Amino acid sequence: MSSEVLSNHAAHADEHEHEHHHDAGEMKVFGFWIYLMTDCILFATLFAGYAVLSTAYAGGPTPKDLIDLKLVLVETFALLFSSITYGMAMLAMYRGDKGKVLGWLAATFLFGAVFLSIELYEFHHLIHEGAAPQVSAYWSAFFTLVGTHGLHVSAGLVWMAVMMHQVASRGLTPVTQTRLSCLSLFWHFLDVVWICVFTVVYLMGAL
Amino acid sequence: MFGKLTLDAIPLHEPILVVTMIAVALGGFGLVAALTYFKKWGYLWTEWLTSVDHKKIGVMYILVALVMLLRGFADAIMMRTQQALAHGGSEGYLPPHHYDQIFTAHGTIMIFFVAMPMVIGLMNIVTPLQIGARDVAFPFLNSLSFWLFAISMVLMNMSLFIGEFAMTGWVAYPPLSGIEYSPGVGVDYYIWALQISGIGTLLTGVNFFVTIIKMRAPGMGLMKMPIFTWTILCTSVIICGAFPILTVTLAMLTLDRYLDFHFFTNEAGGNPMMYVNLIWAWGHPEVYILILPAFGVFSEVTAVFARKRLFGYASMVWATVAITVLSFVVWLHHFFTMGSGASVNAFFGIATMIIAIPTGVKIFTWLFTMYRGRLEFTTPILWTLGFIITFSIGGMTGVLLAVPGADFLLHNSLFLIAHFHNVIIGGAVFGYLAGITYWFPKAFGFRLHEGWGKASFWCWIIGFYLAFMPLYILGFMGMTRRLNQVTNPEWVPMTYVAVCGAALIGIGILCTLIQFVVSVIKRKELADVTGDPWDARTLEWSTSSPPPFYNFAVTPRGNRIDEFHEMKRDGLPPAPTKYAPIHMPKNTGVGLIMSMGALVFGFALIWHIWWLAGLSFVGIFAVLIYNSYNTDVDYYVQPDEIERIEKAHIQAKAKQA
Repeated sequence: MSSEVLSNHAAHADEHEHEHHHDAGEMKVFGFWIYLMTDCILFATLFAGYAVLSTAYAGGPTPKDLIDLKLVLVETFALLFSSITYGMAMLAMYRGDKGKVLGWLAATFLFGAVFLSIELYEFHHLIHEGAAPQVSAYWSAFFTLVGTHGLHVSAGLVWMAVMMHQVASRGLTPVTQTRLSCLSLFWHFLDVVWICVFTVVYLMGAL
Repeated sequence: MFGKLTLDAIPLHEPILVVTMIAVALGGFGLVAALTYFKKWGYLWTEWLTSVDHKKIGVMYILVALVMLLRGFADAIMMRTQQALAHGGSEGYLPPHHYDQIFTAHGTIMIFFVAMPMVIGLMNIVTPLQIGARDVAFPFLNSLSFWLFAISMVLMNMSLFIGEFAMTGWVAYPPLSGIEYSPGVGVDYYIWALQISGIGTLLTGVNFFVTIIKMRAPGMGLMKMPIFTWTILCTSVIICGAFPILTVTLAMLTLDRYLDFHFFTNEAGGNPMMYVNLIWAWGHPEVYILILPAFGVFSEVTAVFARKRLFGYASMVWATVAITVLSFVVWLHHFFTMGSGASVNAFFGIATMIIAIPTGVKIFTWLFTMYRGRLEFTTPILWTLGFIITFSIGGMTGVLLAVPGADFLLHNSLFLIAHFHNVIIGGAVFGYLAGITYWFPKAFGFRLHEGWGKASFWCWIIGFYLAFMPLYILGFMGMTRRLNQVTNPEWVPMTYVAVCGAALIGIGILCTLIQFVVSVIKRKELADVTGDPWDARTLEWSTSSPPPFYNFAVTPRGNRIDEFHEMKRDGLPPAPTKYAPIHMPKNTGVGLIMSMGALVFGFALIWHIWWLAGLSFVGIFAVLIYNSYNTDVDYYVQPDEIERIEKAHIQAKAKQA
């Protein structure tokens, strides 16, 4: 292809191009929505598996014996607050306030890290108490469902760290804004999934 | 250091495999030598391997599919000959552990590495052109999808020479596929090949859904889209809905095998039937992923060669949508014998029979399109006619199997095998071959040779009836699937007929290959410079063949059903005098590099080489993050270049006229 290569968008910042980039960003966000719906089915399948195995204790410990709901409440609030702080980051992004975006993202990251730490502590505690995933089908399903959510949160944290670096080094460009919007969707989606985990796994399991 | 991998993993004691190994090594060496001799490495890298052009990616998908068709067919003919030989005291030539790998590989390859890439290849080549778009929504993602698929194919084939493949059947039911009964690496090859290619497929589903929803030509409302595009839209929806289930199911099996979890084990509360439910909750929608695009091909082909607009466009669309929805509520008919009770079986039996209604609507729609049309008996229309008859028979045996009472007798018998080959070969494969013949001139600028195409068709269809009608009979006689020995002498004659049929299909495949070679040799005679060799009806034929990399110099409009046909009737507009710059994505090798990482990752996990698995996993994400800093991803094609390309096309057309 012998066409002239124009990598620098600033050189061609006319009306047409602006519109084009707006469209491309919008399409990415739409595509990410669709991806999230497939992720939703992934979680739905895990929930279905959990439901099928919800009483398959095989003589081992039950969630009633072991789960500490107080800890889970703290965990849940850490994640819910992180959704609020991410929302604040997005509002700051719309105002074009780079410093505030970075600040709110850092707060979100912190809440997310707290959530993960509590989850890891809980897993460690459960395994220590004799409720390892190898013990019974119930605990296999429990660790897989809760753990998959935890893996998503971990991936979200890595993504957030990368975004903080990109925003810091490049500012709020159309590309970083689109990515922040996608991450926003992802983060709130994980919150919604957690509400389901909290209800189905923890409340219905432990009460 | 190397986990479970030792030199003993190479099956030097199997003569069949050693011969294959030598053939593959020689072929690979010849290919590398030829590429080096003709100095084509650079061309291969810049024009194909790093391409994000949907047309080239589509061609590569179909190329892989054709290669894998040969392997899948080799497995088939080996099974047929084994059954024809192994009776009356003879053990045949395939010992059970090898035979079991062959029938597993046959099913896995034919579904995942032949049918799926045919579907995705056709949708790549055609869909953006049909909707008047310049590429798919996410071209880089498209390249990544292809390479994830391609390396899964490599992984799958590595099992032939390093270790073994699964001996479980293509859906790998536990507890047989669990670690206790399948301690080898075969099931692990199965898991990782499917898992990685499944992720590629899922990304393709998202990509094409967004492409069709967001990138249609101005004026092209949903109810003005070509039917093939409609079927691809529905296929994408099914992919998005079904493939995550496969991902989870395989992940659960992986956890059972690698970390001693208890999802599907016999002990500690595991539930093997949950696997069977989950795999079919993906698996049944999967068969509609395979067949809907074929329905789309037949709709295009019928309208074009009957020289009429498609009868009942709206009912065709709604039939497609109905099948899409229903495909998710019939999975249990694959295991009525699970014993879930009369009401549950009745629900799924009736839901299954209901699918026959929209499918029947489609059959009548094609028939009424042909009725009073001026049918031209080209190769694509022969495939279509062959399909209508064959698929109707397969559909009827399907309705028969949907009766739970009958299914209890026929479950796992050869009747079932005959049924699904009847609908997959007579439906999906015929459709892909029709589609390849129909769109080949669009992709390459010359037609396929008609004579060899027709020869291929007659071998395929006669071979199909010879190979599979006896299986219906054998099913009624009580012969079950996956038998290594034919234990009842009454079954023997029919196995002879079946092996003859398989051989005839083999000749059909050979004819297709000869057809490609002959067509390339005679490409001057078969050339089409108009871009519209069939006098067709939809937008993909309005650009040149092969289309320029930007597809359309000027964005077309899609105001009417069969817009291009209407445009031709109104008189085509003159070529524009001025062109605007076109925004295009740049080629990138990142998809290929990440997929290579995935290949190493999969291989390391199969052989329990943990450090390498960790390293490649980190590597894949490092490349992804590193690439996210790259802003040099697109460029503008300048008007003078567009003008030069368009002028060349106009001059070639004028010269021929």
